[in-house]
Amino acid sequence: MILISVWTLLPIIFIALGTFTPRLELYQWPKPIIPSHFTLESFINFAQAYGVMDALKNSILAAITTVVLSISIGAPAGYALARFKFKGKDTFRIGVLVTRMFPIAVLSIPLASLYLYIGLYDTVLGVAFIHTVFAYPFSILISMSIFASIPKDFEEAAMVLGCNRLQAFWYVVLPLAAPGLAATAIFSFVISWNEVFAASILTLYNRTLPAFIVSRLEAPTLDFLLASGFFMILPAIIFIYIVRKQLLRMWGIAVK
Amino acid sequence: MVEVKLENVSKSFGKVKAVNKVNMLVKHGEFLVLLGPSGCGKTTTLRCIAGLEQVDEGRIFIGDEDVTNLPPAKRGVSMVFQSYAVFPHMTVFDNIAFGLKLRKVPADHIKKKVKEAAELLRIGDLLDRYPHQLSGGQRQRVAVARAITVEPKVLLMDEPLSNVDALLRLQMRAELKLLQRKLGATTIYVTHDQVEAMSIGDRIAVMKDGKIIQCDKPMEIYENPADVFVGGFIGTPPMNFIDAVVCKANGKIGVKIDEFFLEAPQFFAKELEKREGKEILVGIRPENVEVENKPVKNALEAKNLIAEMLGSNKIITVQIGEKIAKFVVPPDFEIEPDEKVWLKIEKEKVRFMDKSTGKAILPAG
Repeated sequence: MILISVWTLLPIIFIALGTFTPRLELYQWPKPIIPSHFTLESFINFAQAYGVMDALKNSILAAITTVVLSISIGAPAGYALARFKFKGKDTFRIGVLVTRMFPIAVLSIPLASLYLYIGLYDTVLGVAFIHTVFAYPFSILISMSIFASIPKDFEEAAMVLGCNRLQAFWYVVLPLAAPGLAATAIFSFVISWNEVFAASILTLYNRTLPAFIVSRLEAPTLDFLLASGFFMILPAIIFIYIVRKQLLRMWGIAVK
Repeated sequence: MVEVKLENVSKSFGKVKAVNKVNMLVKHGEFLVLLGPSGCGKTTTLRCIAGLEQVDEGRIFIGDEDVTNLPPAKRGVSMVFQSYAVFPHMTVFDNIAFGLKLRKVPADHIKKKVKEAAELLRIGDLLDRYPHQLSGGQRQRVAVARAITVEPKVLLMDEPLSNVDALLRLQMRAELKLLQRKLGATTIYVTHDQVEAMSIGDRIAVMKDGKIIQCDKPMEIYENPADVFVGGFIGTPPMNFIDAVVCKANGKIGVKIDEFFLEAPQFFAKELEKREGKEILVGIRPENVEVENKPVKNALEAKNLIAEMLGSNKIITVQIGEKIAKFVVPPDFEIEPDEKVWLKIEKEKVRFMDKSTGKAILPAG
């Protein structure tokens, strides 16, 4: 447990420390682990660098669109897979995974030309679409297991008490599934936020943050590197932190 | 008047006929128990009445209305589930109020009704709690309270007591019965526990393989089981069935068990005479026999295998010819394994079953 914590936390701490270290101190040798004084210099430099803010906006937009799309497509599909029997159910489940079989590198060229043709190339929406394609198999499979874990009795009890199917879902199933769906949302968000390759290929000027940073890595400075790294980690941490409270609170009540 | 009527109701799951042409009439205000072993279709029948399953064939009426194709919400029924299905994300109050809120009942009225129901089930002080803070028995009460606040025409219960411990079950059994009397709601109750069925039901419908085999008052089912299955299912221990041959002795009709001649009650005479010389099953309730540990006249000889002390009485397992049978004796009855006993059978209480069909031979007239 401690080992895992150290393993994941140490780089984050170093990046964070590096980000807030004065620029000159970064190049000293031996480099002090704790900065002599706390500064936002690198951070502000990075934030003010040309295009960063636009890329950030694009990234957030793409991530949110991905979350909305993958949940709104994935959750109903997951619900259907969990509750109903229908022909081709298993085929569909495998089919969902098959979409993840093709490496994006193979798909990227035809996809780029398709995007050019229909006018999605170099748009945030286009990136969000491809990110949704990445995220939705997970959102389907995760939400399926969430819905499957909610006993059918709850829904049926609600229906006998006067709900139609939709109301039973809205008043009973959804509140119980909410923590799990929130986790799915986080997952989709992080998938979109971290995705570099497709975003790099499908955009030119309207880049998302990772794609933007990658394009700038040809001649990076150390401070730029650290600041961008920290910037990339930050939203994911904040987002997970916010939803985590929600998760624990709701699970405390909801689970069994 | 709320009667529930099932006409030729069938329901299959794939190739399995869970409910097979069931006909049933539950009278207004009646407490009817659907009893049967697991997999006999009793729960499916209940779910068909609730509207949670679509029937394949037949019609279901509640009151005068044909509800066969109505969704559960429109049937005026409510149901208590085996798992309670108390919503975990709502307080006890919200759980009980759920049905009323859906019906857009004014808030102050809801408050009053929830309180009433909670008082009735003695959970009035738990209204602010969440289900995970309650014991199983309390959750059970919430489920029942939730079901009765909507004032259903028909109250359905699916093994509501199977998940509470034995002592509590005994207590809840009487409480549910009392509650049903108070409310006067037509109630259909599913259970696999024959003691529960006997104690709680106005009438019992015994099911097997998707069919209702016998539907009658508990005592009638106990004394006159329709077949070997019903006799062997109801009673602790259940009815004994012993092989015998119909024959006459001294001009009287009766049956021969090994060498012992048991005279048949007068009301069976006519039916038995038709079967003279044929093999038959004799059904004897464990308590309808006087057991002696020394030879007496007109008694069937048997070998004791084991005696079980139960406190208020003793159950002995004996061997009669090839067959094993159980009888109830007073707790102070002294008996050792492998000792002989003599059974004085109360002949008026003896029942006869056809050996090939297992069906009861009904007294003439």
